[in-house]
Amino acid sequence: MSEASDKQSASGGDALAPETLQAAVTAAEQAFAAAADLDELAAVKPAHLGDQAPVPQARRAIGALPKEEKSDAGKRVNEARQAVQAAYDERLAVLKTERDEKVLAEEAVDVTLPWDRVPRGARHPVTTIAERISDVFVGMGYEIAEGPELEAEWFNFDALNFGKDHPARQMADTFYAGAEDSNLVLRTHTSPVQARTLLHRDLPVYIVCPGRTFRTDELDSTHTPVFHQVEGLAVDKGLTMANLRGTLDAFAKAIFGEESGTRFRPHFFPFTEPSAEVDVWFPEKKGGAGWVEWGGCGMVNPNVLRACGVDPEVYSGFAFGMGLERTLMFRNGIPDMRDMVEGDIRFTVPFGTEA
Amino acid sequence: MRVPVSWLTEHLELGDDVTADTLVEAFVNLGVEVESVERVGEVAGPLVVGRVAEIEELTEFKKPIRYCRVEIGEPDSADDTDGEAYDEATRPADADDEAGDNEAGDDDEVAGGLPKPRTNGIVCGARNFAEGDLVVVALPGATLPGDFTIAERKTYGRISQGMICSAKELGIGDDHSGILVLPPGTASPGDDAREILDLDDTVLELTPTPDRGYALSVRGLARELSCALDVPFGDPARLDVPEPEGEAWPVRVEDPEGCPRFVLRRVTGLDAGAPTPWWIRRRLLLAGMRPISLAVDVTNYVMLELGHPLHAFDTGSLKGDLVVRRAEEGEKLTTLDDAERALDPDDVVIADDTGVISLAGTMGGATTEIGTESTDVLLEAAHWDPAAISRTARRHRLFSEAAKRFERFTDPQLCEAALERAAKLLRRHGDGSIQPGRTVVGEAEPAPAVTMPINLPDRVAGVRYERGVTVGRLTQIGCKVAVDTADDGTTLVHAVPPSWRSDLIQPADLVEEVLRLEGYDSIPSELPPAPAGRGLTEAQRRERAVSRALAEAGYVEALPFPFVSASVWDDFALPADDVRRRTVEVQNPLESDKNRLTTTLLPGLLDAVQRNISRGTRDVSLFHIGQVVLAGDGQVAAPDPGVEGRPADDELAALEAAVPDQPRHVAVVLAGQRLRDGWWGKGETAGWADAIQAARLVAAAAKTELEVEAADALPWHPGRCARLIADGETVGYAGELHPKVLEALELPKRTVAMELNLDGLPLREVRPAPSISAFPPVLLDVALVVDADVPSAQVAAALRDGGGELLEDVALFDLYTGEQVGEGKRSLAYKLRFRAEDRTLTAEEANGARDAAVAAVTERFGATLRS
Repeated sequence: MSEASDKQSASGGDALAPETLQAAVTAAEQAFAAAADLDELAAVKPAHLGDQAPVPQARRAIGALPKEEKSDAGKRVNEARQAVQAAYDERLAVLKTERDEKVLAEEAVDVTLPWDRVPRGARHPVTTIAERISDVFVGMGYEIAEGPELEAEWFNFDALNFGKDHPARQMADTFYAGAEDSNLVLRTHTSPVQARTLLHRDLPVYIVCPGRTFRTDELDSTHTPVFHQVEGLAVDKGLTMANLRGTLDAFAKAIFGEESGTRFRPHFFPFTEPSAEVDVWFPEKKGGAGWVEWGGCGMVNPNVLRACGVDPEVYSGFAFGMGLERTLMFRNGIPDMRDMVEGDIRFTVPFGTEA
Repeated sequence: MRVPVSWLTEHLELGDDVTADTLVEAFVNLGVEVESVERVGEVAGPLVVGRVAEIEELTEFKKPIRYCRVEIGEPDSADDTDGEAYDEATRPADADDEAGDNEAGDDDEVAGGLPKPRTNGIVCGARNFAEGDLVVVALPGATLPGDFTIAERKTYGRISQGMICSAKELGIGDDHSGILVLPPGTASPGDDAREILDLDDTVLELTPTPDRGYALSVRGLARELSCALDVPFGDPARLDVPEPEGEAWPVRVEDPEGCPRFVLRRVTGLDAGAPTPWWIRRRLLLAGMRPISLAVDVTNYVMLELGHPLHAFDTGSLKGDLVVRRAEEGEKLTTLDDAERALDPDDVVIADDTGVISLAGTMGGATTEIGTESTDVLLEAAHWDPAAISRTARRHRLFSEAAKRFERFTDPQLCEAALERAAKLLRRHGDGSIQPGRTVVGEAEPAPAVTMPINLPDRVAGVRYERGVTVGRLTQIGCKVAVDTADDGTTLVHAVPPSWRSDLIQPADLVEEVLRLEGYDSIPSELPPAPAGRGLTEAQRRERAVSRALAEAGYVEALPFPFVSASVWDDFALPADDVRRRTVEVQNPLESDKNRLTTTLLPGLLDAVQRNISRGTRDVSLFHIGQVVLAGDGQVAAPDPGVEGRPADDELAALEAAVPDQPRHVAVVLAGQRLRDGWWGKGETAGWADAIQAARLVAAAAKTELEVEAADALPWHPGRCARLIADGETVGYAGELHPKVLEALELPKRTVAMELNLDGLPLREVRPAPSISAFPPVLLDVALVVDADVPSAQVAAALRDGGGELLEDVALFDLYTGEQVGEGKRSLAYKLRFRAEDRTLTAEEANGARDAAVAAVTERFGATLRS
């Protein structure tokens, strides 16, 4: 008994002694605290938590203890083991956090670097404003009509009440195409689309016609022989000039803001009677809000209705038209017409891919 | 036209509160464009009349210079004689004043024993004056328009004490052909020139609309103002026109259609050297015309005042009867501007025994021109067919003041009064005698009455005008108006238009007059009730989608002109019979070599690429969506069905068929880098594959797919060109452009392009949805060795066919050619993804499907599996 007791004291007593265990815990705590990074921590870990470390060895020594001592010794060893493990875990967490912070800091980049590997594309402002205007009128119940750019003279002039000797028909204003007697012109306005529409659609008709048009003006800072218009036509029973004005006021507000509106000045066009020039109130006008010449309009000339097979005694209508390049010039402050026709991408790219 | 306010208001009873601004506002509201408003000659400081006493010619300088002694006043003596003459000469002549004598003072009277006048020495570069002439002198201290201050200064070796002024320097018109010489007796040296010249005035530059010819005159514009301001108007054309005794000159009008009226009046015994009085010259100068001689100035004056152009023949130069007719083939005329003109058989002319002497209504001939020696003048006032004058003016590019008025319609009843006005001015200021005869050929037909319901203006405007407005306004513009009631009870107004209005033909024309004069401002703004629209069409939505897709993919939209030179097809190396060479020609191109309408969008885009490159942008990706014009096989002339009513269906069909086919195309061009070089590393040059991908992008945006196969189509590279196929139809091509084409067009090597017919893509309104399986896929790779010329698309198609329903996706991930696969072969490595719709695939099933896929390629192309 005493022998056994001695043996125990001799073989396990040292390892399981509270002071021995406390020393092992202290040594582990110090070693972990001294580990400067995860690698060093990993290197010192086996000496304190490995199989041959003092606390596991002490654990193995419990088996040799007398039964009545086992409980106390086991408790002590467990406490020591937990203390070592806790010291390790705590240090590991600190070092991991340190490491993560360092890695993230090291991974920092210059977020202002350019990444324009794919050059930007853009849509032409003439296209986008035509769509915008079309959308405004679609919202008012209109439909969009289109037609050919090379057009029969009859649609471009005759049907629109241009007399055979009207000055606008002269070669000085109109591009003639095809053989001498083919009676084809590059449309001088998008109005032939209106004539075609009246000839083919059932009444009432509410349409807008955006499109490319042609006149024999030399290209300079304010003129271009190839330009774009948007024209509108409404033919219904009982339409008045007040309706025309209401429509254009709504149009102006949609494009230039709620403050905008229109002013009519008497004018002459073969295809309308009465006719007016339209000024628009432009709040952002250079040098202060003011009126800007915008386009033409009027009540459809009964001669046009007759030529298109519409009875002017029953139906009346109004029509209007604006130049898109001109609208863009004042709306967007474009200084030179040529910018819009030359295809220089430095002009177009800033307009972006606007829908 | 330019008109001084003082002239405009002469015939109106205006209150004192009416300013130039009032008139400007009135004109804007009337629809007469106001181009400019200019204050006349704002001169400060001493501006006096001077008499040139002595001229010393200085010849030692590069140009001839005059040193003049100019009398500028007699401090202690007033000259009553000259004062009286001034009053008479500057008073606008009363047309009814029959006292025709010219009693202008004789400047020779001033000299002799009177006290020595005050003189200044003045250096002058002009030469159009002589000793004794009256001139206008700006003395030191005077400030002329343009803030030009006159000071005594040394110049050309002399002390110059002032400046002798031209009309332009005084701000009276643009005439700078010499200094202003006043008619003798106009004033005395030392008189304040501001009063003599009547400088206090404002000139308006006005552009009436082209349908209102009558408004190109003081008479017409003043009448418009009288309507706008509701003030009485005195018609300057209301003159006493005496009954004639016999003819003025024998005339035959052989072309009554071109010349409905022809009226002549003759003035003889004219003092050829008589000066034009200052008040006429002043008005001509302010109107922007150059005074020439009394006879010419008087005809111009009457034209500006009444709106009726007149022509003056030198009677002595006429040989035999005058004949009004169309020109004959080969006839020529030298006009007053010294140009010899070949006449067209459509030109209306006036001839005598010597041949054509005048281009009717447009410009006179040189042989019968009034000169400084002419003492016998035959005045012509005719009414010409506006359309004929318009054609002649444009044919000969002669846009004279006369032609401008005749082509817009002149008052046919005005001929006699206009002649009488001119004849009286010549008698009064040129000492002529008006011959009793008058030649009148043709009658002025009154215009037919226009009838409309009296409330039509209200109905058109959407306004309830006050009672009496319609009748009042129509009466005000000169219509003879009657009102009655139709059988159905409608109140009708019948208006007979005045002789000077050819534009009042239908009720809408009367409506416009009422609305215009009541003011467009009084028309309210009322949005009509919205109809039920159907939104954009499928094709319109598709075009927008394509445009956006290309822009989002980095393409920049350009809108090039459609004009090309026929030589571009040679640069494109197109064969002689290529359909794209069949272009429609522009008869009057702006650039004579670019006279074709393009059949493809590429030339315009390639031009734009070149422009960008020349401006330093080397990486360019452009797109364009637009119509092209296909001439097709032989064009038929478009018929002219008239405008009386809707054309018959067959006429309309013929009309539409005559217009060439104009499909909408989409095209892209890429040059330089598609992916840029940068700090990230190397970029990528745009290549053939980008062009083909652009086509697929377009197709995707258009809710469809394209098939692609190798093609050899110019201007593309024969080995790098893809035919684009939709629903079995070729819709376009894409790839790298042919090196020779790029060389010819001076474009960068390897520039690539795509063009397809957007209208040729099938329109799909609704795309069917795919069915998506949630079961796991099986991924298997295969590498197949086939002959190198087998298109990958066909290998993929065979895999798909063989793999059947279980094969969900085929993706090519590697290409290899080289020793390991042997000469003339290449290996294509695919990732195949298998999946079943209703179960988890077993390995055996997937392997079976893969084997079937491979077997299909083996069967079609003799493929072997690469191990």
